[in-house]
Amino acid sequence: MKILTLFSLFATYSSGNSINIEENAGQFFSSGHTNNWAVLVCTSRFWFNYRHVANTLSVYRSVKRLGIPDSHIVLMLADDMACNHRNPKPATVFSHKNMELNVYGDDVEVDYRGYEVTVENFLRVLTGRLPPSTPRSKRLLADDRSNILIYLTGHGGNGFLKFQDSEEISNVELADAFEQMWQKRRYNELLFIIDTCQGASMYERFYSPNLMALASSQVGEDSLSHQPDLAIGVHLMDRYTFYLLEFLEDIHPASKSNMNDLFKVCPKSQCVSTPGHRTDLFLRDPGSVLITDFFGSVRKIEITMETINLTDPIQQVELSPVNEELQIEKYSYADQLPVSEIIHQKPKQRDWHPPDGFILGLWTLILLVFFKTYGMKHLKHIF
Amino acid sequence: MGLLSDPNRRRALISLLTRLNAPICVVCYMAGVAWFMGLAFEPFTLRTYMSENAMGSTMVEERFPAGEKALATGREFAAHKKKAGGMPVDWLVKTMQSRGLEVFTQRFSRTLPFPDENKERYMVKGTNVYGILRAPRASRTEALVLSAPCTPGDNNNQAVGLLLGLAQYFRSQVFWAKDIIFLVNEHDLIGMQAWLEGYHHTNTTGMDWSPLQGRGGSIQAALSLELSSDVITSLDLVLEGLNGQLPNLDLANLFYAFCQKIGVLCTTQGKLQRNDWDSVSGYSHAVQTMMLMVLKQASGRSWGDHGLFLRYHIEAATIKGINSFRQYKTDITTIGRLMEGMYRKLNNLLERLHQSYFFYLMPSLSHFVSIGYYMPAFGLLAIILLLRALDLWVQLTAPPPRTEDGVVDPEQMSSPGVLSVLTPLVISHLTGVALYTLPIRFQEMAVEHFPVSETEAVVLTAIAVYTAGLALPHNTNRLLSGGGTEQGWKVLKLVAVLYLAVLLGCTALINFSLGFILAITLVPVAAFVTPHVPKFLSAFIMIVLSPACTLLFSVFFFQELQEMPISFLDGWMLYLSVISQGILDHCLYGSLVYPLIALLVYPCWLIFWNILFWK
Repeated sequence: MKILTLFSLFATYSSGNSINIEENAGQFFSSGHTNNWAVLVCTSRFWFNYRHVANTLSVYRSVKRLGIPDSHIVLMLADDMACNHRNPKPATVFSHKNMELNVYGDDVEVDYRGYEVTVENFLRVLTGRLPPSTPRSKRLLADDRSNILIYLTGHGGNGFLKFQDSEEISNVELADAFEQMWQKRRYNELLFIIDTCQGASMYERFYSPNLMALASSQVGEDSLSHQPDLAIGVHLMDRYTFYLLEFLEDIHPASKSNMNDLFKVCPKSQCVSTPGHRTDLFLRDPGSVLITDFFGSVRKIEITMETINLTDPIQQVELSPVNEELQIEKYSYADQLPVSEIIHQKPKQRDWHPPDGFILGLWTLILLVFFKTYGMKHLKHIF
Repeated sequence: MGLLSDPNRRRALISLLTRLNAPICVVCYMAGVAWFMGLAFEPFTLRTYMSENAMGSTMVEERFPAGEKALATGREFAAHKKKAGGMPVDWLVKTMQSRGLEVFTQRFSRTLPFPDENKERYMVKGTNVYGILRAPRASRTEALVLSAPCTPGDNNNQAVGLLLGLAQYFRSQVFWAKDIIFLVNEHDLIGMQAWLEGYHHTNTTGMDWSPLQGRGGSIQAALSLELSSDVITSLDLVLEGLNGQLPNLDLANLFYAFCQKIGVLCTTQGKLQRNDWDSVSGYSHAVQTMMLMVLKQASGRSWGDHGLFLRYHIEAATIKGINSFRQYKTDITTIGRLMEGMYRKLNNLLERLHQSYFFYLMPSLSHFVSIGYYMPAFGLLAIILLLRALDLWVQLTAPPPRTEDGVVDPEQMSSPGVLSVLTPLVISHLTGVALYTLPIRFQEMAVEHFPVSETEAVVLTAIAVYTAGLALPHNTNRLLSGGGTEQGWKVLKLVAVLYLAVLLGCTALINFSLGFILAITLVPVAAFVTPHVPKFLSAFIMIVLSPACTLLFSVFFFQELQEMPISFLDGWMLYLSVISQGILDHCLYGSLVYPLIALLVYPCWLIFWNILFWK
């Protein structure tokens, strides 16, 4: 008897679920992103910039640990610290002093190395304009459902970031590159983190939607390095990335920490510089954005034993707007050639001035009258 | 109208110039000397700082452990040196090889132009031994050098011991990006010159050496170690090199930074830095340190084995260990750690040291004056010469005063042409050439006729030629066509003043100290000598301010500054040895002070002497 009751309950439950799965399929596919990418760039070379390579490799390590595979990570390192002749521990890059944490390991896949890390290559990776011969590992094959994490570190200044001691990328170029990415629908949401001196200047010029940016210092401040290692003889990490790494070590794929926690990483007391962030271009509330949305590759998985027939087109579930003002507009390409702004149909109205010749004639007349009245002898006082 | 093209204004300016010429000259001279003295005043100097990014804020914990073993090696070296009566080549080669270096030797020989009485050598034959520590992973493109001299007697044994100890310690590290060459050179500067010439395939001084079998790439920096005691109280940094060339200031900054980090007392010119710069004694201490550096730089000698590296654009310095009567002693392990730290930082270099200054003066180890600050002192002295030249030019081109004999005047104006100026010039320069060549060439003849040694013969011949030049004016006046004229001496003085200005300017650019010292003594001479000043007084003043007497006074002053004042007789012997060393430096290493003084400065002074006795 009891078995029968249980069986009937289970049957109703599962049949109820199967009806729900078909309905919920639409909801399942309407989430924001479906894949994650990371572009991690270290722009400095030379042995005394060891810490920038260690910064980038620490973020790489976290990102890989949280699930983004190497095929979805574009790692650009401008110099080889692990095999530098001056490294007392060859084939290692440490991020903690006393050599606690080797971030180099044996499964690091560097996509752009040495002199390949240039401004041109970086912009080509972002915008996708690479020659057809470029291998897949060097491409950012993102689509409009990709959440991309971009991490830059190196030496920077007010409005620029130095690449390789020979060239710079400006904040305007970066903002335009992100706009190109937006127009080509190469990202769903983008998190931009920069750890350089005066890093906040790099995100000042962003104007594309769905960008969130974090920087290690404000304009006019220097980002400081963290700990020197007395055996290796260099600074191992920058402060901001050190505390970022500490924060990320506590994140695991199922954690629910959100961006507001990330903004709190490295306050002024620890970092000496004031970290900054920018969220005005981001459409969602940062409190609802999970860390793993960008740093990990968490797939939305629902386990079902049912077969789902996907013969009908899936109905997208309309997300009800949070505010009344927030309208979901239809996407369209921006006007590439605004003709009406280029060709003036009629001249713009200026203030009216009397014609030039008139004023000249008027002054000549006045002078002639003056000299006629008072005599020519005054003329020599003018010249 | 412009300032110079309006004749009224021009006349006004020129009359101002001629009226105020002497006062302006005096003011400029005092200002120049005051500026120079003010350079040592601490608020006018800058603190030293590391300019090279690659050597910047990296810090390493030095771990050199083997100080005692280094001392034991040093004692072994001393024993073998005594047994071999010179450089113990076989023992050194074996020891270096056992430490894992690639060892090579180089023989050299040189016959000096005349015996060197200071170091008691004449026909020098020796061997340099050097071992190369190859960088474990780098290609052999760059090198660093650590050298210690092999001196006879009990000196520098600990230096060689420490060198070998460091070699063994460095060999066990994997982080060297450049080859390190450990060099033990015999007969100090002569051996070093032979090694450098062999390394760079040049042969500028006519020495005979065997080619080097092993090389290490282009040398980025070099340090020379002189250590003669088991413990020290302070380390002295010697920077002055050949021809007054100095290494890049970053090397001194590096040394100072490590002295502060490790806590060793460090000095420059043997004088410890003082903190009370606002007191008179503190200021005079800084002035003394700076004057020591100026005198050492002006002599053009290389004051340590490092001095010969500078010519090849290799930054080098000598570190001397000094054991005085202080209580606090530093042991050799600490010195080893300091050297290890310095070499690790030099290892991080990516390019040659070039970010900091090459021309500077150091009133103390932590403060420096750069060329931009000290050059105006010389500029003020050079302006005096230019003002004098302008004054003479004005006098020469002014219309001649009316005389009764209107016919003679045009002749008098046209006769001071090139010819009357040329004769004193040529004769003075010939005397200079005689001063340069005769001492060495005729030393055998002098030894035959006089009971003196070769060295004394050379020096006394030089002094004799110098003094003989003083008698010239009586002869040149006879040779002058048509006798001397008023215009004649003015043209000669104009030429001489401009010549002196160019000469001193060029000297000051390369060797500021030499240029400045010569300027201080020769510019008053040049400015005020005319045939109309009282003859005996001005002759006496001119001799006192001539280059030879300047050298004599500098010798006494130098001894005073080093707090070792000497009697007049000893000073005179020292003066003679200084002259012989100067000639030897020129023949052996290519120092340019002796040819400069003999061929250029002395003839210039002779021209002024001619002007004084113009008839």
